[in-house]
Amino acid sequence: MNKVLLIIQREFLNRVQKKSFLLTTILVPLIFPAIIGVLVYIMIKEEQSAKAETVQVVDESGAFTFENTRRLNFLVLSTNLEQAKKAYPLSDDLALLYIPKFDLKNPQGFQLFTKENLSIERSSELERVIEDRIHDLKLQEYNIDKEVLKSLKTDIDLKQFNITDTGEEKSSNSGLLYGVGFVLGIMIYIFILVYGIQIMQGVIDEKTSKVVEVIVSSVKPFQLMLGKIVGIASVGLLQFIIWIVLVSSLSFGMLTYFGIKMPQQQMVEQVTKQMDDPEVKQAMEAQNSKARSFLAEASQLNLTKIALVFVFYFLGGYLLYGALFAAVGSAVDSIQESQQFQLPLTLPLLIGYMGLFLFILRDPHSPASFWLSIIPLTSPVAMVGRIGFDVPGWQLALSMALLIGGFLLTTWIAGRIYRVGILMTGAKVNYKVMAKWFLMRG
Amino acid sequence: MEALVANNVTKRYTNHLALDQVSLTIPSQTIFGLLGPNGAGKTTLIRIINQIINADSGEISIFGERLQDKHIGSIGYLPEERGLYKKLKVGDQLIYLAQLKGLSRKDAVEKSKAWVRKFEITDWWNKKVEDLSKGMAQKVQFISTVMHEPKLIILDEPFSGFDPVNAQLITERILELRDNGSTIIFSTHRMETVESLCDHIALINKSKKILEGSKKQVKEQFRSNTYVVEHANNHFKLPADRYEVVRQRELQDNHFETLVRAKEGVKGNQLIRELVDLTEVHRFEEKLPTMADIFISLVKGEGDEALRKHLLEA
Repeated sequence: MNKVLLIIQREFLNRVQKKSFLLTTILVPLIFPAIIGVLVYIMIKEEQSAKAETVQVVDESGAFTFENTRRLNFLVLSTNLEQAKKAYPLSDDLALLYIPKFDLKNPQGFQLFTKENLSIERSSELERVIEDRIHDLKLQEYNIDKEVLKSLKTDIDLKQFNITDTGEEKSSNSGLLYGVGFVLGIMIYIFILVYGIQIMQGVIDEKTSKVVEVIVSSVKPFQLMLGKIVGIASVGLLQFIIWIVLVSSLSFGMLTYFGIKMPQQQMVEQVTKQMDDPEVKQAMEAQNSKARSFLAEASQLNLTKIALVFVFYFLGGYLLYGALFAAVGSAVDSIQESQQFQLPLTLPLLIGYMGLFLFILRDPHSPASFWLSIIPLTSPVAMVGRIGFDVPGWQLALSMALLIGGFLLTTWIAGRIYRVGILMTGAKVNYKVMAKWFLMRG
Repeated sequence: MEALVANNVTKRYTNHLALDQVSLTIPSQTIFGLLGPNGAGKTTLIRIINQIINADSGEISIFGERLQDKHIGSIGYLPEERGLYKKLKVGDQLIYLAQLKGLSRKDAVEKSKAWVRKFEITDWWNKKVEDLSKGMAQKVQFISTVMHEPKLIILDEPFSGFDPVNAQLITERILELRDNGSTIIFSTHRMETVESLCDHIALINKSKKILEGSKKQVKEQFRSNTYVVEHANNHFKLPADRYEVVRQRELQDNHFETLVRAKEGVKGNQLIRELVDLTEVHRFEEKLPTMADIFISLVKGEGDEALRKHLLEA
């Protein structure tokens, strides 16, 4: 046991002391806030520097009145289209808008002349201006009061509650659950794949550098395999914790620096600034209560339970696949050679990952979702994606028990292949050979 | 006490028998040559002694005790296929390997530093193995094999990759280790090393042990009562009922070398006595087979008579 600890320690230090570890551990969390920061910065700069641009208008219908917006000024010309078309290219103005006489029932023939293509934002803004005006004209035509129309619109927020067996009611938010399941599922998938391949690489390195024969004359092959798997897991956990701490603190710092407030706060402020209209106030109130209930639902999510389940499947899935990756590493002489054996390992993982989107997040209680979250090969990704949606206790217990059983089984199988494989160089390996190794006596 | 006794050790792989009822006795404080052609089963036997694999049947005892886990620390193993962790520094590497052999961290640090000083390679301590030359890495590997002061040291082709100067250095260390009480099992194909270093040998061929004993005993076993005589002229005739002239050749100016085989029961001394009366003897020596001769003839599977003939012709 003492020797396994030594190996864990060595594997851990080997990786943590590498410059590349320091680099990825620090750079990856810097990249995300940096991207957010740069984007936000550019957005703000653009907002600030954007000055309104002029759109010339030739209005033959005479039905339009234009209000300048923040980004667009309208200049109504009194000339006809031909003249305007000649004069426009000489001006610095953004575009020339032509409004013909049109039939209100079937408005056609609006034209826009520009020197260069307008951004989709600009052209749709212009379209909106025209549409709004025609909308108003139609209301007038049909004698509909604007206020009446507004009062027809209602905003319904369907509040969801789960009723448990004991009759207890819990509000739930499927959007939130979707997000949680999505992020956690992907995190487990990536973690297992990245660190599984690291284990395999480590085993191949030991085998090709021939150091393994010396090592197994001091420790049992199984101890070596176990030490490597656990050592790399501890590197992964450390890296993961550093990332979470760095990403959250840096993102927060970045947002604070640019004076951006949390979305709801921003929204509230905007609304208050705009008008003191009672109607808007009402809307604001509604928004506020929505935000409040969102937060309430978030806090109702059993975060401790989710975190614990996540850590369990994180480690369980890693151990299950880690052992198999070690076995593959022991059987081959190079990473290229390992490709053919990697597919059967990545396939069930990929099925879990696809199942997350196809079944679990859509219908967390369908039979497919159930089986995906029970079978140990897919359950790490699937169950973590599903856990927010109130998985029955017996299913969770069954899935966990099977995962423990699963990784004990894969570790045992992998150990038997590993002990023979690491000493076989230059052998031509296929599944039949591996099966032979598995059956071989010690 | 015997350093190692193997008793009817058998190991079968799926398709072939690697060791067939092999029994060996390795006296302690000797250098024991484990010989045999490639694929004979030497590596399998060595791996069994190192407890990397288990024998199917048979027993191995080491210093009077049945081989078990606790003996890992009393064995040092230098495999034929060398290797160290490429990215690890020499110092860390030695400490780690010593700790795996069961040394405490403190002892491991002390011992590895002492050995590094002994080999005058202290300035390599912080170098990564991948930055060392092949010969340098071999030295580090040798240190890692013996630094925990194992009572039994197993060296598989220890001189491959060493230049003559370093080979000499390693030879001295090996002799020193034996004189300090270690037993050394030496697996090699180089017969001149066996000739000069080994006290005892065993020959394994096709999974079976076919020869074992001290070097002297083995040579005795294969002596053919043949003598090399250098003499001044060739005008003599030995009595044909007692001697047979196998071969005669002229060396230079009326100097000859004659190979004489004495018949059963005729001693060398008697031959000298008779020769002195017949010719002017310059050199007289019993022709003993070299280890290489014995190795080749046994592995080729020749019978005793054929072997003698082969040895004479060599």
